[in-house]
Amino acid sequence: MGKINIKIKPKHLVNYSIVLVMLLIGVVMLETGNLRPSIAQLFTQIGYSIILAVSLNFVVGFLGELSLGHAGFMCVGAYIGGLSAVMLKQALGASAKLPVLVIAMLIGGLSAAVFGFVIGLPSLRLKGDYLAIVTLAFGEIVRNVFMNQKIFGGARGLTTGSLTYDTRRAPTLFIVTFIVALVMLIIIQNIVRSKHGRAITAIRDNEIAAKAMGINVTFYKLFVFIVAAFFAGCAGVIYAHTTTPVLYTFFSYNYSIEILVMVVLGGMGSITGSIFSAMFITIVNFMLQSQLSGDLASLRNLIYAVILIVVVVFSNAPALKSFREKYSLGALFAKLFRGKLSDPAKRKDDEAKWDRVPTKIKMDALLSTDLNVDYTPARPEDLNGGKEGK
Amino acid sequence: MITLIDGLSLGSIYALIALGYTMVYGIAKMLNFAHGDIIMVGAYAIMVTLAATVSPIAAIVAAIVICTILGILVEKLAYKPLRGASPLAVLITAIGVSYFLQGLAQLVFGSQPKPVGSAWKLPAIEAINSLGITTAAAVTLVCGIIIMIALTLFINCTRTGSAMLAVSEDRGAAILMGVNVNKIISITFAIGSALAAFAGMFYLFQIPNTEPTLGAMPGITAFTAAVIGGIGSIPGAMVGGVLLGVIEKFCLASPLAPYTVAIKFSLLILILLVKPTGLLGKVVREKV
Repeated sequence: MGKINIKIKPKHLVNYSIVLVMLLIGVVMLETGNLRPSIAQLFTQIGYSIILAVSLNFVVGFLGELSLGHAGFMCVGAYIGGLSAVMLKQALGASAKLPVLVIAMLIGGLSAAVFGFVIGLPSLRLKGDYLAIVTLAFGEIVRNVFMNQKIFGGARGLTTGSLTYDTRRAPTLFIVTFIVALVMLIIIQNIVRSKHGRAITAIRDNEIAAKAMGINVTFYKLFVFIVAAFFAGCAGVIYAHTTTPVLYTFFSYNYSIEILVMVVLGGMGSITGSIFSAMFITIVNFMLQSQLSGDLASLRNLIYAVILIVVVVFSNAPALKSFREKYSLGALFAKLFRGKLSDPAKRKDDEAKWDRVPTKIKMDALLSTDLNVDYTPARPEDLNGGKEGK
Repeated sequence: MITLIDGLSLGSIYALIALGYTMVYGIAKMLNFAHGDIIMVGAYAIMVTLAATVSPIAAIVAAIVICTILGILVEKLAYKPLRGASPLAVLITAIGVSYFLQGLAQLVFGSQPKPVGSAWKLPAIEAINSLGITTAAAVTLVCGIIIMIALTLFINCTRTGSAMLAVSEDRGAAILMGVNVNKIISITFAIGSALAAFAGMFYLFQIPNTEPTLGAMPGITAFTAAVIGGIGSIPGAMVGGVLLGVIEKFCLASPLAPYTVAIKFSLLILILLVKPTGLLGKVVREKV
């Protein structure tokens, strides 16, 4: 990967500081003795939700491929990492808590990464809808296989009781979780900022053009899937430390959707957005869980569904384009600060929002004489609107 | 032999659902993730009407009408505003609709399975039952074949059917030839949802319980079937559906039973790796 060049940019600093502030609040609460175990667990949940959302955003928002199997990678991490943690603990003794967690996380993350490689392979041949369905199938296969392994507890789930972290005595798992989240942010943000990140977003915006520019599409697709799977695996190991038994039903397709809701709500391609929406949804879940019981809990799913539909329709419908440009968050900021943000031509590449993807279609229309490529006649101002001006 | 008949009968349910997926994909170029949940709505419609009228015929008619209207409504409200937007946005909206229907059903009817009612029963047919074949399997298989033949005739022999073929072949050219694309898309959703209602009915013949997630697994499996057969291809959906149904039943009858789900989906991945457009799918050349 060449020279490693880590820089802290102001925009990245915002993301780091959100996580650091959460960590700090947690530590202060811990030191002053105000940290109830349930709140400590909430902190841990927020931490691994951030890890899941940002890593999925790396696939969906930056590479532009829909993955519906993120919970599957988490499942791999939780089962394999959880089992190795239990075994390591027996081997090393109860005192080596942190090394056990770190080693288990590496094992869980790496095994998820192997699965990421395996699931990345079809992504070289498939795209779009087909790839989405393969990732969904993958998630179901993983669940089904783990469910039937005796070593992982079979249908009763993997017992990880001996690993319990967030007890009254030592509610410290959230510290490790936030540190992992921080490491992930440093890695992913610097990848996105680097030449490799440019290549990844180029593949998203126009794969054929990217290929023509000499970008190794195969390599980058696999790379993104592996990195995302690794961190989802880490999140799985953390989950295995908070819950016993680790049960395959948790990692269903619905959980993949929940992570996707976090990504979509925060804005595809926006890491800050993913962090905030992961926090928001986890806290809302936590509050609703104690408020709503039984079938009323489905109100939550209903709310998610409405959020998902409204956000996507609002931010993607061609008919609402002018409305969006007038009242979007970016335009409002621009009005406030009179900055350059509102001019798409001056926006930086990694700030580019998802709404740039339709340019793919216009590009096709521009270059092809074939009718069936594009159904909406491209308007002249779209074709030379300067969005792809470089 | 009995396993084969059971498999064919399950396969024809899958084929009916897969037809809905594949027709919508062929014409609207989108994956209608909510299709499986329309089956669930159909099943609940049957349950509710049955409780009110005790007449299975009325229940079936109600289910078909409700599903058809729901299909058109979903298309108009959720998918139509996004026509021309990126495929990913449409796909995510479809997932949202699916989630919405499931959540709504859970809110209204509760998450526990509910029995359909005692009026929902098929008469015993001695000649078939003595062979070990259930009436449900036989009825499903026969009706499934009839519906599939009717659909094939409709598409190949009527004006609307030809218009649908034209839109799926080349939407731009179809518009130029005076085809009302919006109407065709609505009709497609209507037919697809009516097929889902039939599938819900057959499903209830086999398992007479309704629950909010009833449509999820058959939906995903049928979706897999549509992709295996080559999405967008109507004969492909039938072949894929029947294939998966038979494989599922044979798996369940073999020692590999716990791995049925894994086998079904691995088959999908394998077929897509060898033939990325499915068994009968058209190869679309990528143009710059």
